[in-house]
Amino acid sequence: MQTAIMIVANYPLYIRSVPTQGELKFHYTVHTSLDVVEEKISGVGKALADQRELYLGLLYPTEDYKVYGYVTNSKVKFVIVVDSSNTSLRDNEIRSMFRKLHNSFTDVMCNPFYNPGDPIQSKAFDSIVSTMMVQAF
Amino acid sequence: MESLTLSDVEQKYYSELFLFCDVDNTKKVASNGKVLDLFRAAQLSNEVVHQITELCGATRLGHFGRSQFYIALKLIALAQSGLPLRVESLNSVRDLPLPRFVMGKNEQEMRHVVMFADTENQGPYLPRPPGRVQAKKVSAHEMIQPCVPTVDPQPDTTSPVVSPNQSPPTSPHAWRKHKRQASGGNVDRQPSVPGVVWPPFREAQPGPVTGDGMWSAHSPPPVQESWVSFTDTPPSCTLPMHPPSAQLQQENSNGGLLLLTQPESTTVRTVPSAMTTNEIQRQTSGYDDPWKITDEQRQYYINQFKTIQADLTGLIPGSAAKEFFTKSKLPILELSHIWELSDFDKDGALTLDEFCAAFHLVVARKNGYDLPEKLPESLMPKLIDLDDSAGVPEPDPEVGFSASPVEVTPNKSPSMPSLNQNWPELNQSNEQWETFSERSSSSQTLTQFDSNIAPADPDTAIVHPVPIRMTPSKIHMQEMELKRTGSDHTHPTSPLMAKPPELSEETKLAAAIKFPGTTVGDGYSSSDSFTSDQEPISSAVNRQRSHSGTSPEGLKVVAPPPPPPRPNASHSRSSSLDMNRNFAAVPAGPQQPGVVAFPPAVPPRPLPTQTSVPHGHRSVEGDGLPAITSTSPQQMPEQPNFADFSQFQVFAVDQPADDGEKPSDSGQVERCAETTGTMRTAKNDVQAEERNATTVNSAKVSTPLAPPPKPVRRRLKSEDELRPDVEDLPQKSTVIATVLATQPSIPRSIGKDKKAIQASIRRNKETNTVLARLNSELQQQLKDLLEERISLEVQLEQLRPFSHL
Repeated sequence: MQTAIMIVANYPLYIRSVPTQGELKFHYTVHTSLDVVEEKISGVGKALADQRELYLGLLYPTEDYKVYGYVTNSKVKFVIVVDSSNTSLRDNEIRSMFRKLHNSFTDVMCNPFYNPGDPIQSKAFDSIVSTMMVQAF
Repeated sequence: MESLTLSDVEQKYYSELFLFCDVDNTKKVASNGKVLDLFRAAQLSNEVVHQITELCGATRLGHFGRSQFYIALKLIALAQSGLPLRVESLNSVRDLPLPRFVMGKNEQEMRHVVMFADTENQGPYLPRPPGRVQAKKVSAHEMIQPCVPTVDPQPDTTSPVVSPNQSPPTSPHAWRKHKRQASGGNVDRQPSVPGVVWPPFREAQPGPVTGDGMWSAHSPPPVQESWVSFTDTPPSCTLPMHPPSAQLQQENSNGGLLLLTQPESTTVRTVPSAMTTNEIQRQTSGYDDPWKITDEQRQYYINQFKTIQADLTGLIPGSAAKEFFTKSKLPILELSHIWELSDFDKDGALTLDEFCAAFHLVVARKNGYDLPEKLPESLMPKLIDLDDSAGVPEPDPEVGFSASPVEVTPNKSPSMPSLNQNWPELNQSNEQWETFSERSSSSQTLTQFDSNIAPADPDTAIVHPVPIRMTPSKIHMQEMELKRTGSDHTHPTSPLMAKPPELSEETKLAAAIKFPGTTVGDGYSSSDSFTSDQEPISSAVNRQRSHSGTSPEGLKVVAPPPPPPRPNASHSRSSSLDMNRNFAAVPAGPQQPGVVAFPPAVPPRPLPTQTSVPHGHRSVEGDGLPAITSTSPQQMPEQPNFADFSQFQVFAVDQPADDGEKPSDSGQVERCAETTGTMRTAKNDVQAEERNATTVNSAKVSTPLAPPPKPVRRRLKSEDELRPDVEDLPQKSTVIATVLATQPSIPRSIGKDKKAIQASIRRNKETNTVLARLNSELQQQLKDLLEERISLEVQLEQLRPFSHL
C-alpha cells in the first residue's frame, strides 16, 4: 500500500514514500493538506504548545488517503499519508510514528553539519524512516 | 599463446582484473587503456610493461584478449617478484604471488575485483582474516626479506609509488625496514615488495607478501596533506603516526601511519592513488578491528581535543566541532554522517570519546575507507569491548575518495588498550546519567518529603532520599508510597526511589527489602522514635511495615496480627461495649477515677466525666475509668482523627458508671500502674506502647502529665502510627493502655474500695480498648485519605510535565 512521509517547513525538507513511485500524487496531497495544517495551527491561540497539540490528527480523509499532520514547535510540519485501505493503523500508532519522526528529526538537527533548510540527507534518518514505514505499513 | 596454467586464486584474480579492464564489457577484450593503466599500476617500469605486453602477445594482436591479459598479469607477477620475464616461466614458476597493482582511479573496481579475488577476504571491505593478518605480519616480514632483493630491480618504479610520504612501508615488516630506510617520508622501501605482497595477501595466499607491498605503494601524501591541512600542523599530525608505524602492528595501521606521517605530499600525489581498495582492505583487513584506535592516534586525538576544549571531561560544542572537522576538507555530507555516527548520545556535543571516534572516522575517510553505516564497536564511546574485533567497517570504495591511499589507521594495534581507557568523560557521562536519574527521581521525592537523603539508618543503605518522617507515620508512609509510585511513573530509576515510599500495598516487599535493617522491631520502637523524629528511614520503614501487612519484614514488628475487627466509627459503640466489658472486668473496686483517667493527674475533666461513664466515672472523677472515657472525649477533641470519640464517649458514658468509679481508686491506680507496668514490660514492643499510647492519648489527651511519658507522646504523635499499630494490637493492648492510662493519672480519687477500683480499672480498660479501636479506625481513615491524596498528587505530577511542553 502506498504511504508517504513528508517533512515540510515552508519548503519540503524530506519526502519519502513507499512505494517510491507515484510520489507526485503524494506531493499533491501533502500540499493540499498543508492548508489544513495551517488552518489548525493558526487557530490555536494558546501560547502553550502541548505535545497534544503537536499532533494534529487526521487532517482530512480524501477518497483514497488519510492524511495525518503533526507540527513541531518550530513550525516544521510532518505529514503522513496513508492508504485508506490501511485500516489497521490506529491513532496511537500514528502518534508514536510522529514521535519517532520528531525524535529522529531533532537528532538530525543536532548535527552541526546540517544546515536547517537543507534537505535531510542523513542516512540514519532515512533508515529510521524506512524502518518505520515498513513496520507500520 | 603459450598455455597458461593458473591456480584457482590466480584465475579468479585475473578474471576479476580482466573484468575490471573490460570496460566495454565485451568479456573478451580488455581495453588497452585500462590494461595499460593496470600495468602501470603494477609499478613496473615502462620497459617492463612493454616487455610484458609483447610477451603476452598483445602487441601482436593489438589488444588484450583474455588470454593475453592473463599472461600479462602473470608476467607482471613475475616481474614484481623480480623474476626475469620469460614466457616459459609462466607456467614454471610456482607459487608466484599475484601481481599487485597500485590502483588509483579505478580503485573501486579494482577493489571489487580484488575483493572477489580475495577469496579469503570475506565480509566487509576490509576483511582481513586475522590469520592472514597475522601471517602477513609474521611472514610478511620474512617475506619481505626475500622479496626485498627481488624487488630491487624495480625500486625505481616502485619507489615513486611508494611515495616518499609513506615512510612506513605498507607491510609491517617491509614497513619497518622501509622505515629505517625511508625515514622522513622517503619511501625507499621496496614498494614492489609490498606491492607484490598485496594481491597475494588478498587472495588467500599465505600471508606474507600481501599488504606490505601495497602499503608502500600507497600514496600517503594525499592523506598526509589532508591530514596536514586538517590539522594545520603537518608534523604534528604525522607524528602520532610515526611511532605507530614503527610499531608496525598492523598493516593497516602502518599504512595509515605511513600516510599520515608523511608530511610531504609530493610523490604521493603523483603516485596513482595507490590506495586500491585492495590496499585499503588489506591494510584494514590486516586487523581484526580496523577501527581500533592506536594509542598514538588516541593521544593525538586527545591533543587535538585539548586544543578545542581544555577539559578532557568536557564537551566540544557542535559548532566548534564543525569548524574543526571542516578543516579536513571532507564533504559536508560525509562530515554529517560522521557526526551522526560519532555523536553517540545525540546531544550536539562531542565528548572525548566521541571526538576520538569522529576524528578516527575522518581519518579513515580521508584514507579512503568508507564510512560504516553504524558506528563500529571499537569506536563506540564507553562501549569499548577492546577485545572485540567486530567493528569492521565496510569501506565502500568511493571513487571520489580514492585519493589517499593512506590506510586509515585502522591499524589500531590489536590491543585496544587505548580504547580500553574508558574515557573519563564517558565514565562521567555515564555517571552523570546515573546521577541524573537519581537526581530526577529524588526530585520527585523531594517534593513530597521534608527531608531526605542521608538515611539515618545505615542498615537500610538507602541511596535515594529518604523522607524523614516529620509527620505521623501514616502520612509519611503515604507520602513515601506516593513518591514511589510517582517515581515509578516518571522515573526509570524509580527502583531507587522505591525505598521508603514503598507503602504497604505494592511496595511492601520492596520496602522490606530496602530496609532490611529496620525491621518490625524498629517499627514499633521507632514509633517512639517517630515521635521523636528519629530515624526517618526506620520510621518510614516501620510505618511501611506497619502499613504493609504483607511486607514480611515490615511485619516483623507488626507481627501481631491485626487485632480483632477494628471497630470503625460505627463500631465505637461496640467498642464501647467492650470497654464496658473491660471496665466491668475491672474490679468494681473503687477505681479511682484518677486511675482510669490517665496517669497525668488530669484535673477532673468535666467533659470526661460527663461523657464517660458519667455515673460512676464522674464520681470517680476523671482519673479512673470514667476518666478514661471522659478522657476519650477529651482526647478526641485533641485528636482530630478520632472523630468518633465523641460517639465513643457517649457510649462510654452510657456504660455503667461503676467503671468510672473504679479507676479513681488509687489502689486502682496502683494496680493500673502495676498492670501497666507489667503490661509495659510484657509489651515491650511498640505495639503495646503504641496502643497504650493511643489509649493513653485518648485517655489523657487532656492530661499533659506524663503518666507514662511514652504513651502520651506516642499518643500525640503516633496517631498515624498507632493506627496500624492499633490495629495490630490486640485488645489486650488497649487494656494495657487503659491500664497505663489509668496508672499515671493522679490517684485522686482514692479510697474506693478495691472492688470499685477494679471495676473502674476494668472500665477504663474497656474504654481504652474502645478508644484504641476508634483511634485505629480513624487512623486508618486518615491513612486512606492520605494515600488518596498522594496518589492524586502523583497523578498530578505525572500530568504536569506533559502539560507544558
